[in-house]
Amino acid sequence: MKILVVDDETDVKALFEQRFRREIRNGDISFAFAHSGEAALEVLQDHVSEFVLILSDINMPGMSGLELLRRIRSTYPVAPPKVMMLTAYGDDENYNQAMQYGANDFLTKPLDFSLLKEKLKQTL
Amino acid sequence: MGLPTHFLIAFFTIQQLRKTTKDNPDFPEVDLYLHIGWYATIGLIAGGYIFNIEQAATIGMMLISFAAMYQIHTTAAFQPYRYIIGIAGPYLGVSLLAQLIRFIAPDFYKSIDMFVEGFILITFVWGWANWSSMRKQQKALEEERKKREAEQENNRLISAQRDELEYLVSERTAELTKQKEELERALNELKTTQAQLIQREKMASLGELTAGIAHEIQNPLNFVNNFSEVSVELLDELEEERRKDTSSRDEGLEDEILSDLRQNLEKISHHGHRADSIVRGMMEHSRTSNGEKRPTDLNALTDEYMKLAYHGLRAKDKSFNAQLFTKYAENIGEIYLAPQEIGRVLINLFSNAFYALQEKQRNANGPVVFQPSLKVSTQLENGKVVLRIKDNGTGIPQEIINKIYQPFFTTKPTGQGTGLGLSLSYDIITKGHGGDIKVESVEGMGTTFEISLPKT
Repeated sequence: MKILVVDDETDVKALFEQRFRREIRNGDISFAFAHSGEAALEVLQDHVSEFVLILSDINMPGMSGLELLRRIRSTYPVAPPKVMMLTAYGDDENYNQAMQYGANDFLTKPLDFSLLKEKLKQTL
Repeated sequence: MGLPTHFLIAFFTIQQLRKTTKDNPDFPEVDLYLHIGWYATIGLIAGGYIFNIEQAATIGMMLISFAAMYQIHTTAAFQPYRYIIGIAGPYLGVSLLAQLIRFIAPDFYKSIDMFVEGFILITFVWGWANWSSMRKQQKALEEERKKREAEQENNRLISAQRDELEYLVSERTAELTKQKEELERALNELKTTQAQLIQREKMASLGELTAGIAHEIQNPLNFVNNFSEVSVELLDELEEERRKDTSSRDEGLEDEILSDLRQNLEKISHHGHRADSIVRGMMEHSRTSNGEKRPTDLNALTDEYMKLAYHGLRAKDKSFNAQLFTKYAENIGEIYLAPQEIGRVLINLFSNAFYALQEKQRNANGPVVFQPSLKVSTQLENGKVVLRIKDNGTGIPQEIINKIYQPFFTTKPTGQGTGLGLSLSYDIITKGHGGDIKVESVEGMGTTFEISLPKT
């Protein structure tokens, strides 16, 4: 299962790789990282079918996570990947917007990794 | 001449002396004699003419005069009347001598009577002249005395007036001193209040930033927490591995875990410092003025405060969204300025711009979608660095555009603005940095603030 993580904080990569080290070592999950909405779209362009799940931050410079979600949903209507939104602002406004744009789930920062793992198990 | 003259001399002399003795308990006897002498003179002149004994009456009169002169000469109290002796003495003496000669040797007298008469006349004239010159002198003295008295009176008046003036002046001086002290106290109070207000304004603008800062701190804190937790997991795994038999131990995995642990600790330290520098910046902002100038990257400073202000507002109003366009000229180099102070100006300008955008977005319900935008640029113009902050928000009405730099002027609802933001900003730019701040605005269209700072 391949997951694309979109966040402007570069250290997210190291964090995910360690939090999921067993899963990665066992070959259950593999990760790809993009540091902006624009970069994420580029990655998806050629490999959208590889990714089972996209995990995206909302607050990013340039294209926001919500905009990315909207584009993903409009660009890939067939066999859509699952998209989970992540944000520090866990307010109704963002939540409603995310749901309206077709997010599969909505998580708030700081991220609870055991909860995330639970959700991933359910998704798979 | 003769009898009437001598009567006048005696009468006048007694009259004068009685001024001193009359009703004076020191001279009861003298006064009595004078009183008798006075009646005697009247009796003599009357008797002299009635009984035709003028000559004897004249001699009597002379004797009375002599007695009076003797009194004047011997009595200290009569000192002021000694002039009478000077005036009447010679005439009296010569007249008496002539009478004596006439009485003793009438024949001899007849042979010299012309000469004696002339001599008597001379002494009379001499006495008369003496008297009149003395009167003249006395008159002059009297006038001099009066003049002096008038002068003294005048001086007294002047000095009284001067005293009064001095009193008034001292009274007024005391009043002024009191007023001055009161004013000084009021001024000190005002200065204290001003310092407090400036501090309050700083805290208010800090409040605007708090949410933005909290957001900025939250990210590094999340990393610190996450990397710590994951490190504990790694340690568990490492311990688990080491409990295995030496044969089945995977040393490669142990090395990997150890290098991850090192990396995590580095990350924790890195994000800890990141949070630290944000807090430090916040404290620097709230610190009482330290207007120290140093070479500063204005582009970076502007960008930092723009983001803080933006996140600050976003944290309060999640629905707010704005497009941020920045165009920083790289050739402006480092500018000599007080970063804290300019930071406060920037917070004010950005907060105001976002506020105007937010207000316009809140009231936008027309058919055209309103897209809030903020354009920030720096540029080198005529040797000056020009920073422009342009929003397309509500704009400033023309009737109040001249008031925006006035202290305590605010259009925000009560409790939301101190009304000091732009007033302090103006002072910081103009007085603190020798720069200039300009505003252009069209109501309903937007506002542009332009700050120009000297390059050096």
